[in-house]
Amino acid sequence: MTTPRLGRRRLLATAAACGLAAPHVARAQAQAVRIGFVTVLTGPQAALGTQLRDGFQLGLRHLEGRLGGRPAEVLVIDDELKPDVAVTKVRAALERDKVDFVVGVVFSNILQAVFRPVTEASTFLISTNAGPSPFAGRGCSPYFFAVSYNNDQVHATMGQVAQDEGYRRVFILVPNYQAGRDAVAGFKSRFRGEIADEAYVPLTQLDFSAELARIAAARPDALFTFMPGGLGVNLVRQYRQAGLAHIPFLSTFTVDEATLPAQGEAALGFLHAAVWAPNLDNEQNRRFVRDFEAQYGYIPATYAAQSYDGAMLLDSAIRKTGGDLADKAAVRRALEAAEFRSVRGNFRFGPNHFPVQDFWLCRVARRADGRFQTEAVRKVLESSADPYAGECRMRTG
Amino acid sequence: MSAELLLVQALNGLQFGVLLFLVAAGLTLVFGVMDFINLAHGVQYMLGAYFGATLAAATGSFWLGLLLALPAALAAGLALELLVFRHLYGRDHLAQVLATFGVILFLNEGVKLAWGAAPLQMPVPPLLEGGVALMPGLQYPVYRLAILAAGLATALLLWVLVDRTRAGMLVRAGATHPDIVAALGVDIRRLFLLVFAFGAMLAGFAGAMAAPVLSVEPGMGDAPLILAFVVIVIGGIGSIRGAFVASLLVGLMDTLGRAALPDLLRLFLAPSPARQAGAAIASMLVYILMAAVLAVRPAGLFPARAG
Repeated sequence: MTTPRLGRRRLLATAAACGLAAPHVARAQAQAVRIGFVTVLTGPQAALGTQLRDGFQLGLRHLEGRLGGRPAEVLVIDDELKPDVAVTKVRAALERDKVDFVVGVVFSNILQAVFRPVTEASTFLISTNAGPSPFAGRGCSPYFFAVSYNNDQVHATMGQVAQDEGYRRVFILVPNYQAGRDAVAGFKSRFRGEIADEAYVPLTQLDFSAELARIAAARPDALFTFMPGGLGVNLVRQYRQAGLAHIPFLSTFTVDEATLPAQGEAALGFLHAAVWAPNLDNEQNRRFVRDFEAQYGYIPATYAAQSYDGAMLLDSAIRKTGGDLADKAAVRRALEAAEFRSVRGNFRFGPNHFPVQDFWLCRVARRADGRFQTEAVRKVLESSADPYAGECRMRTG
Repeated sequence: MSAELLLVQALNGLQFGVLLFLVAAGLTLVFGVMDFINLAHGVQYMLGAYFGATLAAATGSFWLGLLLALPAALAAGLALELLVFRHLYGRDHLAQVLATFGVILFLNEGVKLAWGAAPLQMPVPPLLEGGVALMPGLQYPVYRLAILAAGLATALLLWVLVDRTRAGMLVRAGATHPDIVAALGVDIRRLFLLVFAFGAMLAGFAGAMAAPVLSVEPGMGDAPLILAFVVIVIGGIGSIRGAFVASLLVGLMDTLGRAALPDLLRLFLAPSPARQAGAAIASMLVYILMAAVLAVRPAGLFPARAG
């Protein structure tokens, strides 16, 4: 088990990267704020986890290694995309390292695994990506905040787009697992037209030729798909190669800055729904994108942007309480206030600690330097709250 | 389903099968001739894809990238043989499985350190761009036809090598009667090295050929490896002919299952459960096929080793 040692080594690297003193010195300073940052750094989805981590670290760098005036100490925890591993490592961070906040988490199944251990320890859990519906509704917690979105909203945004464009028949292609079926439900919640057909593929699918032939035979007005990571890389390239690109490609989590380097030209013009895009025009975002590229040499995706916001949120909350983390109710009120300037522009928390924010239709475009990014085309949903907020009974006290 | 669609799906199945054959051929040779379970065969396929993508980007030419990926994959295979596998030939299968699984973990992470976690791309060469309209609305990519052709050519080459040359004779003899071959004064180590190097190169070739179609990323070799094992078990371990037939069977079964099952089940079920159950059963089909073949012919369709 490499857990503790890996954690320490990453901690060293993080502290050094943030220009902090060596960790043993930092630990001697009793006032350091400790963050357990959970992300996936091994396996095929590591590209997303790296984005999540780098976004948070850029936030800290902009804050000069401090959160709300107190030095910050970040323990990066690799969840390996295995719920049992995540729970073991997060428990260790809570009990041995006494972290003040647990932040991060790319995937919903990992969040669901660490949710109870963290919130039952009366420690704040701040998701910068995963936003499963149960925690937005009945399962909401006074110790949980999502800086990202509720999964359903992104898929529903695409449903709205298909509705707005007047598509009558849409073909749906998703992986055959819970998140895939949620994507279908989210899309259908706002799309009123006919579903030409639905195809479900295993998560290990390599070759989409059978499904592409079915799409061609069905001749839909548009395709809706949710194919995260490598699945999306394969699908996008094969879709283009099969000459289907004239059928509008409506997607969620399929073409973004984490996969575009591999999709390149094949994804040009494909559509995607998101809470953020690199070209959103506000001062905070321009600085984030410019410095992120200069620092890490690649274009940030939503994962990085949400994590950056997560760092800014923590900073604002700790500043508001004057650095006092003992009074949990005061920390909660400070987090709820969300007094920071988001790279998304419009941002506030709803009563269930999920954001009320705008959702954008984005299109893959080639930049002047030849690299590819998603660009916001139009705002689809304005100040949108998730559909589960009404079910949440927040038990504070 | 129309006849046209069925034809296209059958072509898709053949093409997928041929790609599987390129991976499985090396695996079955190594397993059959050397009695060595090489789980790391999948990462050798991955390395081939990475070498192809990197070299194509560096030279600006797909063809040079593909050509140079072969010696690079060969070199990587030989390095693995010298450093790791050589010490495992005398051990039992469990030790081989453990050690080569370790190589998978090591190389998947190594690739991420060297190339980063984000997937790479390898462009389709201009000569093979575009498609042929086999049915209305669908362009069948020329590149996929090229994969089909390359796979069939490789199968032919292998047949000539194994069935018509002296080295091939030794390989066949080594697969069936290794002790006698050694007793006749053949340097079995050298034969092993030759077979292994060839297998590594085939896996690398498959990876480089697949790179323009599939995502080049850490861990990309794991799924083909499992299917390749299914193929060699169905075909009979050590048999090239068996691997060829089984690859095509698995490719066709998988593709046609995915294409037709949801529609078939709709005859008995409501549309929504039919789609999901169809997808689930389709992904099981190749394993059901394997179980069925093993029940009837426990040594596979074309067993190489008699008795």
